Amino acid sequence: MAPPPDHRRPIKRAAISDQQRRREVALRLQADRRSDAQNRARQLASSVLSLGPEPATEPEVEPEQEMSEASGQLAGRSDLDPVRAARLRGPEVRKWFARQLLLPEWMVDVPPSLDRDWYVFPRPSGKRCFVVSSNGTTISRLRNGSILHRFPSNLPNGARTKDVSGPASSYSILDCIFHEPDETYYVIDMVCWRGYSLYDCTAEFRFFWLNSKLSETGASDPPSQYHRYRFNVVQIYECNLAGLQASYSGQVPYVKDGLLFFNKHAHYQAGNTPLALVWKDNVCSQYVLDTDSKGQIPSQQQVVLELQNDGNLTTSDDPPVALGSLSRDLIAQSGLRVGNLVRVAIKDERMRLVDGKLDLGELQLVGKTNHSRAFADTYSKVLFQHAARHAPLRIEDLVASIQSNSSMDNSQALDVEMEG
Amino acid sequence: MAMEITQALLAAQSPDGQVRTAAESNLKQFQEQNLPHFLLSLSAELVNEQKPPESRRLAGILLKNSLDAKDSFRKEQLTKQWVTVDPAIKSQIKEALLTTLASQVSDARSTASQVIAKVASIEIPRKEWQDLIGKLLANMTTKETPASLKQATLQSLGYVCEEVSPSDLEQDQVNAILTAVVQGMNQAEHGFEVRLAAIRALYNALDFAQTNFENEMERNYIMKVVCETAVSKEPEIRQAAFECLVSVASIYYGVLEPYMQTLFNLTANSIRGDEEQVALQAIEFWSTVCDEEIAIQEECAGTDEGNSVLHFRFVEKALHVLVPVLLETLLKQEEDQDQDDGMWNLSMAGGTCLGLVARTVGDAVVPLVMPFVQANITKSDWRSHEAATFAFGSILEGPSVEKLAPMVHNGLDFLLSAMKDPSSHVRDTTAWTLSRIFEILHSPSGTIIDQSNLPKIMTVLLESIRDVPNVAEKVCGAIYFLAQGYEDAGSASSVLTPYLGNIITALLSTADRADASSNRLWSSAYETLNEVVRCSNIPENANMIGQLLHEILKRLGQTMELEIVSTDDKERQSNLQALLCGVIQVIIQTLNGSEESLPVILQSADQMMVMFLRVFACHSSTVHEEAMLAIGALAYTTGQEFAKYMPEFYKYLERGLQNFEEYQVCSISVGVVGDICRAMDDKVLPYCDGIMSVLLKDLSNALLHRSVKPPIFSCFGDIALAIGEQFEKYLPFVIPMLQGAAELSTQIECTDEDTEEYVNQLRRGIFEAYSGILQGFKNAKADLMLPHAGHLLQFTEAVFKDKNRDEGVTKAAVAMLGDLADALGPNLKLLFKDCTFHAEFLGECFQSDDDQLRETATWTQGMIRRVLVS
Repeated sequence: MAPPPDHRRPIKRAAISDQQRRREVALRLQADRRSDAQNRARQLASSVLSLGPEPATEPEVEPEQEMSEASGQLAGRSDLDPVRAARLRGPEVRKWFARQLLLPEWMVDVPPSLDRDWYVFPRPSGKRCFVVSSNGTTISRLRNGSILHRFPSNLPNGARTKDVSGPASSYSILDCIFHEPDETYYVIDMVCWRGYSLYDCTAEFRFFWLNSKLSETGASDPPSQYHRYRFNVVQIYECNLAGLQASYSGQVPYVKDGLLFFNKHAHYQAGNTPLALVWKDNVCSQYVLDTDSKGQIPSQQQVVLELQNDGNLTTSDDPPVALGSLSRDLIAQSGLRVGNLVRVAIKDERMRLVDGKLDLGELQLVGKTNHSRAFADTYSKVLFQHAARHAPLRIEDLVASIQSNSSMDNSQALDVEMEG
Repeated sequence: MAMEITQALLAAQSPDGQVRTAAESNLKQFQEQNLPHFLLSLSAELVNEQKPPESRRLAGILLKNSLDAKDSFRKEQLTKQWVTVDPAIKSQIKEALLTTLASQVSDARSTASQVIAKVASIEIPRKEWQDLIGKLLANMTTKETPASLKQATLQSLGYVCEEVSPSDLEQDQVNAILTAVVQGMNQAEHGFEVRLAAIRALYNALDFAQTNFENEMERNYIMKVVCETAVSKEPEIRQAAFECLVSVASIYYGVLEPYMQTLFNLTANSIRGDEEQVALQAIEFWSTVCDEEIAIQEECAGTDEGNSVLHFRFVEKALHVLVPVLLETLLKQEEDQDQDDGMWNLSMAGGTCLGLVARTVGDAVVPLVMPFVQANITKSDWRSHEAATFAFGSILEGPSVEKLAPMVHNGLDFLLSAMKDPSSHVRDTTAWTLSRIFEILHSPSGTIIDQSNLPKIMTVLLESIRDVPNVAEKVCGAIYFLAQGYEDAGSASSVLTPYLGNIITALLSTADRADASSNRLWSSAYETLNEVVRCSNIPENANMIGQLLHEILKRLGQTMELEIVSTDDKERQSNLQALLCGVIQVIIQTLNGSEESLPVILQSADQMMVMFLRVFACHSSTVHEEAMLAIGALAYTTGQEFAKYMPEFYKYLERGLQNFEEYQVCSISVGVVGDICRAMDDKVLPYCDGIMSVLLKDLSNALLHRSVKPPIFSCFGDIALAIGEQFEKYLPFVIPMLQGAAELSTQIECTDEDTEEYVNQLRRGIFEAYSGILQGFKNAKADLMLPHAGHLLQFTEAVFKDKNRDEGVTKAAVAMLGDLADALGPNLKLLFKDCTFHAEFLGECFQSDDDQLRETATWTQGMIRRVLVS
């Protein structure tokens, strides 16, 4: 026999549907408790008693706030306050900005659970810079703090056009790579948007926000009078096999320079961080091995280190790692001063990895570095460059790591132990 | 050019799996590489009479699936795809479809007519394919048209009407369709197939006939033809004609009067003597008339305008003849009808209709039914006894308690003894009747159950719960409603205490029964257990409920050990876990109500949490909704202690929040976030980045079910209240979302109640979010909200002026106004001076009967005054 028509409920069908009821009860309880919690916060009962139906006789008058200040400010992080930064002058500005970029470490070995916790994308080749838009103009600054371009853009408050969406003094800061061939800023991270900081947000969230917000502004439009350079978002992948494959060998509209890996849960951290990693080989980058000041690949690995007052040569890590030293005589002879960045060459056969620690052996001074250079090499870079010359970390190693992760996941037991 | 794909289409239906898969992937590849030519090739296959029927049929199905899908998102994609196909190719495809209607092969014709309707559903609203209707109608008016083409044409017209909305067709098109369809029903001119196709097409076209039904002559003509068709010689055609009459009763109730005598005769004759599938439609006609009249009465309830709405009281007028006709059907039971819940036959439909009649006319039905009950209930054959009991049970809702109570009182003993009748049909219906009595007529203050008959009732129920599964299930229902009568009854619920142990034991063993054919009996038993727990007197029974909790936890543990081989096993395990988690949830909610019983839960909190996590771990993709609900209840009970479970629980919570496909799971998970925030306060902070990021993603997801949005907004408020000024970093993301939603809520057109309710929920969520944020920022960061104060006041004013505003929104809006004044203080002086609606709004709240609302309004008034005098 056919069932009853759709909308006709047979009278004899069991009437109990407790599940829907449980849902409704839960919703009602949640609503009640929300209202209780909010009322507690309002201290409703006591306020009602003390205020009464008539106006309170002795109102607490609070001092007027400066409204203009309150709206555009990046509150919370004093070291990151562009309003304050704007008051800095000359070299201070450069120094300040130079400290704000997140600097990925070089990948010397594969982090665990790459496929679960990381993103990957092909890094555009070009100049890493901070792009700040505010008060009707857009400024890009290189890693050393110097200005690359000053121009109008469609970023929020990035040009002197009407923008109704917020106060003109509110800042937006993007982490970009300027790609010369197509004169495009490839945005690799969003640090601040319309005056609000994203420093304390996870990469997952920042990328999500970057993708949804940038497109709203028209910043990706082709250049025009009030929008000198185009801003493009880089396609970001989950770091699974497919994502790694796509990043490694997929077509991109820009010249690739290695791969960048971002830990999904990491906040935007100024300075060196192991939660962002760079890796390259000859397939995905033209610049695997470092060049010297003439643009040639030297036969011996060269590193840039900072001279300390005890004669030690250190990396730019925090804390710095001493990799060798120069004798006082040599320092005096070559006119070096404390804080100078020096280029030294390593005699390959003397360089050792002992228990994962780098032992550079004897260093040969090549010279001072060029003036625009702001930082010494990092420890991870030295290590990566060394490995690249001798036993590089290959794409196959990355693939193998992801494959072993996923097979481990399958075999993981479902048991949950609770330690209360 | 079209490609030859016959072989691939045939291979795709091959019994050899390998051949099939290869062919399917070839076709898919073709589709992906060149959709327009793929579609063209399919239509070429469909139209080609030289091709085998099997390949043509599949071609038609693939074509249809390229135009329409159940999933609305997918459907939208397919629509866009079709729209972009080259017009020349589209027109070739459409030509092929129309040609196929003349095919010799009936499968090809009928597939083509469906595809035509799918194309029409995309193109007609876009004012394309405007000559379709004309071309179809031409098939009907040409003399030499073969019957098969006419049949296929009518079918197409019917499907087209089903697919497109009435507003998309011009009135002259509708007129022409109706004319063609009505002519197609002419018995003298057309054979069976054409007439069947015509009456079915009419069914779909009825919605379009608004104008025609307003015109008396046209209406008379249509009704005359349908009534004639309802006595055709072929039962399929009669059935389709009655289906039309059911639809007419529902759409055009207001114009039925002149035809009611005829319709009554037609339906009564059919119910009495026609074949079952026809008679069922005739009964459905009266059920539909009842639906209409009940709706009219509900609409007029409490107003004096009862007579201004068209209410013809057809049921009341036909009552004396209709009720006997329906009572006769009750005697036409089937032997196995109690075994299957979905069973639908004359007796079921008749009883259902009788129940609707009772709800429509109230007391008037009683004197017409009781003689039948009295004459048959003592007869020894099961049919008479069961039918009499069913009749009695059916009319319990509608008539007044005064009218029913004496009869129930007199009959209760008899019903209780009938629980021992040799016929399981009689016992099944008797148990159902008892549950209806308890559901509708029993309350602590009522006279149906008292200390004198309760012992006997309990004895009978606890015995009968061991009866065959279908009877046991009805007995569970009776216990459920018996307990429900004592809900919120305070000390009155103590009367159940002496029986509680036995009731719980009986329900637990019922839930264990191995003889149940489906899990319906278990679920009835557990759900009844929930109601018994809810209605039991706490703290009197706290210990017993505590023991029950241990038993349920033990059973939940046992579900993890079940051997899972098939998907059926998996589903059974999942259902069982859902039921058990449901019981735990109810126990937590019941016991956390009093100081004395609270320790019972706290002692077992670890154990419960371990179990819930194991339940989650059992299910790879979806989060168990019931476990989620139970965890919400537990979090509220344990308070800050819940923090120790978070590291383990968080991933499942996140998974639940991400599960927008199953929106109820998502919605419940959102609610649990609120529970957790209230439990943990700022200890929830480490999880907020993750939670906020998922919630914001959900909101940006076009596929998210809209009902989840309001709870997400409320949840923002919960989080803000819990973490206070730490919420600042989410503000830039949350505020635009809230403003966007506020704006949206003023733009949505409220065409129906659902939308109205949704708009109210959305606004309530928005206000609750702002309240939480304002309160959270009050001490340190209130100024961050200053730029938004103007917008908030404007939005509140717009909501205040909306006549569809419900009480929930009112409360939330007034509270938020107070929070705004409280948090921002003198900064708002000018704003509050400029807008005056708040005085009027508060005035309205002071008139309310709701104490809570008046209290909140008083507070808000105080806050605003403080600002104004500052």
